[in-house]
Amino acid sequence: MNSQLEKIIKKYDSDKFRLMDILIDIQAEFGFISKEATHDVAKELNMAVVDVEQTLTFYHFFTQKSTGKNTVYLNDSAVACMMGREEIKKAFEEAAGCKFGENSADGLIGLYNTACIGMNDQEPAAIINGKVFTKLTPAVAQQIVSGLKAGKNVQDLYHQELGDGKNAAAEVKSMVRNNIRRRGQVILNDFTPGVALKTKLSSMQPKDVIDEVKKSNIRGRGGAGFPTGLKWDFCSRSTGEKRYVLCNADEGEPGTFKDRVLLTERPEMLFEGMAIGGYAVGADQGILYLRYEYKYLETYLEKVLEDARKDNRLGKNIGGVNGFDFDIRIQFGAGAYVCGEETALIESGEGKRGEPRDKPPFPVEKGYLNMPTVINNVETFCAVVKIIENGGNWYKQMGTEESSGTKLLSISGDCAQPGVYEIEWGMTISQMLEMVGASNVQAVQVSGPSGQIIGPKDFDRKICYGDLATGGSMIVVDKTRDMLKDIVLNFMEFFIEESCGSCTTCRIVPKLMKDRLVKILNGKGVMKDIADLEDWAKILPVSRCGLGQTAANPIATSIKNFRELYEAKVQKDVDYDCGFDMNKAVQASCAFVDRVPNAH
Amino acid sequence: MSEIIKIVIDGKEIEATKGQTILQAAVNNGIYIPTLCAFDGIKPKASCRLCTVKVNGRAMTACTTPATEGMEIENNTAGINEIRKAIIEAIFVEGNHFCPSCEKSGNCELQALGYRFMMMVPRFPYSFPQRPIDATNPKLLLDTNRCILCLRCVRGLKDENGKSLFAIKHRGVHAEIVMDHEVCANISDEMAQKAMNTCPVGVIIKKEKGFDEAIGTRKFDKQPIGHEIENKFNQGGN
Repeated sequence: MNSQLEKIIKKYDSDKFRLMDILIDIQAEFGFISKEATHDVAKELNMAVVDVEQTLTFYHFFTQKSTGKNTVYLNDSAVACMMGREEIKKAFEEAAGCKFGENSADGLIGLYNTACIGMNDQEPAAIINGKVFTKLTPAVAQQIVSGLKAGKNVQDLYHQELGDGKNAAAEVKSMVRNNIRRRGQVILNDFTPGVALKTKLSSMQPKDVIDEVKKSNIRGRGGAGFPTGLKWDFCSRSTGEKRYVLCNADEGEPGTFKDRVLLTERPEMLFEGMAIGGYAVGADQGILYLRYEYKYLETYLEKVLEDARKDNRLGKNIGGVNGFDFDIRIQFGAGAYVCGEETALIESGEGKRGEPRDKPPFPVEKGYLNMPTVINNVETFCAVVKIIENGGNWYKQMGTEESSGTKLLSISGDCAQPGVYEIEWGMTISQMLEMVGASNVQAVQVSGPSGQIIGPKDFDRKICYGDLATGGSMIVVDKTRDMLKDIVLNFMEFFIEESCGSCTTCRIVPKLMKDRLVKILNGKGVMKDIADLEDWAKILPVSRCGLGQTAANPIATSIKNFRELYEAKVQKDVDYDCGFDMNKAVQASCAFVDRVPNAH
Repeated sequence: MSEIIKIVIDGKEIEATKGQTILQAAVNNGIYIPTLCAFDGIKPKASCRLCTVKVNGRAMTACTTPATEGMEIENNTAGINEIRKAIIEAIFVEGNHFCPSCEKSGNCELQALGYRFMMMVPRFPYSFPQRPIDATNPKLLLDTNRCILCLRCVRGLKDENGKSLFAIKHRGVHAEIVMDHEVCANISDEMAQKAMNTCPVGVIIKKEKGFDEAIGTRKFDKQPIGHEIENKFNQGGN
């Protein structure tokens, strides 16, 4: 066996529950995961080769052949396209001499698409050799490719200065901008690490912590909105020889990037929140499940963890509380939106395919390694720190009756000030649009593709759990956009690409719906196609997880709120059109015999 | 002594043992809930979604949801059956299911469900995908044209060391079932037969045994799928 490979497998004690880490390291070391490496891993971990392959082939950033000496992953999400991705793509292809999905003939450059990389506020953006490039222009794309071909280090090809705040830190050195546009009273306000841990917990029993969190009425900030205090309470009551605290930092919903900013500017707060969670439920181990797209923060986050250990904010007897032991490790994903679903995340963390589990049992009963597990969003853990510092009553005064506290919004698209805003729940969409400097607005995509696309008649509605609940992704679409093509089709393609495929409805129906949408966009649609799409959308709510249950939403909510756009595109004088284009189908054969297709 | 609880399915109160799933309780009481990915002795995965029922108004899968005291379950309703029929049709158009030429015809659960739900022409257009056939193993043929990704083979078939005979590769619309050639290299006749029996459709076929059972005498040739459950008590005059 290759000695590097042997070292990697040894590093993780040949533990099959760490298969993700092993594969991530192999991919980083060799640029791809070869057949031989797969066989070696299977042998050392005592698994069938196909058992290794089923994890390996699940994730976007694991590849079975080389993706080039230098690899460009260009975001292809809707906002990237709105901000001029097509021109950047062309420039890359021209400079590299190959198409997207291929490597250049000399193997120096590989060009690949990727789903939303959490940079919607500074698109077009790409990850090149692990480094994030934002605000790309065609000229910059060409310079990057020539630089890489000339053997330059990717960091020497930065076309912008380093970003603000910690983006410029020695461990990050990234051009990413935070774009923090509004600081609220909770998370983006001033923060001193350790206050909650060192001055509050010594006088609080774990149950008091849970009660305080319950009192605050905070609900999960990832989008599902489950009451955090109740979740912690359930977990603390479940039986298990060990408990875990997991943080879901897999923000993959197109249009969200607020966790990126928190991981950059508030990691101390996040880790403190996880430790508080550990204290509350009786867990001594935490895992930060971090999306691979944010790997550029790894060294920095490891340093923050190390500093916290030195400062007794992690480790043994934290804050002087006897027996309060807690530590955190970082678990990377490898490119799979579905892993943002909590049980898929757990499966992935155990080295498997990111397929959601059937619920019940819920993670609070049987989670990571089948032990009681609390899993919360980055923002939730951050907010908890301030709740413990200032009390649940303080927190509850903000927001609305049923939606307490503040919420971070990631706002992008057609607006003057894209970025992160910490608002109190209850703001209307109109107020939000004014805040971000948006005009001529056609629609707002609330909560990303899995949410809903709404028009002006709904702009007086409020951002809160009772009305427009959201994990924070807000995409503004102005009137110049072709909504069905630029937004709806892009989102449907996203869901099809990101479905895990393990349940029939989510695997099959979105593709059928997308094809029908394309038929309409091609001018071949009839009125019945719109009715069919509405009917087919009703099948998806029986899917296993949130991805499948919402995968029809781009089409379903756009038909509901913008039916006229569909009706304008379908043929009014025809009841039936199979969508088949005979002339197009025979084009190649006709050309061969020097004829012109003339079917009617 | 196991605890007896009461649940209600379509207005009928039945008894179940605590710890049973809704599906197990229904089967024991002669109530048919259609399934495709569920298989006796294999941990359920709720892949096919056919056994979706409404529990206190919420869609849940009967094969994975434990029965609890007082549960109100809707099963055989027009709304739920319409979704089930749509799922069956979706599965049909996803693959290449040419029943007349398939070894499993008459024993195929998907075909039988098509009949039971009176599927005529699927509401969706056919995909006609290009799918591989793996005939390299001496005892097993793997024809993925007919695969419905129920994952029974993936979940249920392991060798003595716990290694998988079959696995799922890729994801979403690209997902496919593959055979582990090392693990399956010296597969026994019994295991090969078990593999074929585990597959609800005609993907895993034991070689050299074609049309062993005559058409007309097969499991679903004369009675619809589910009759064995529904008739359980009728014969005794219950």
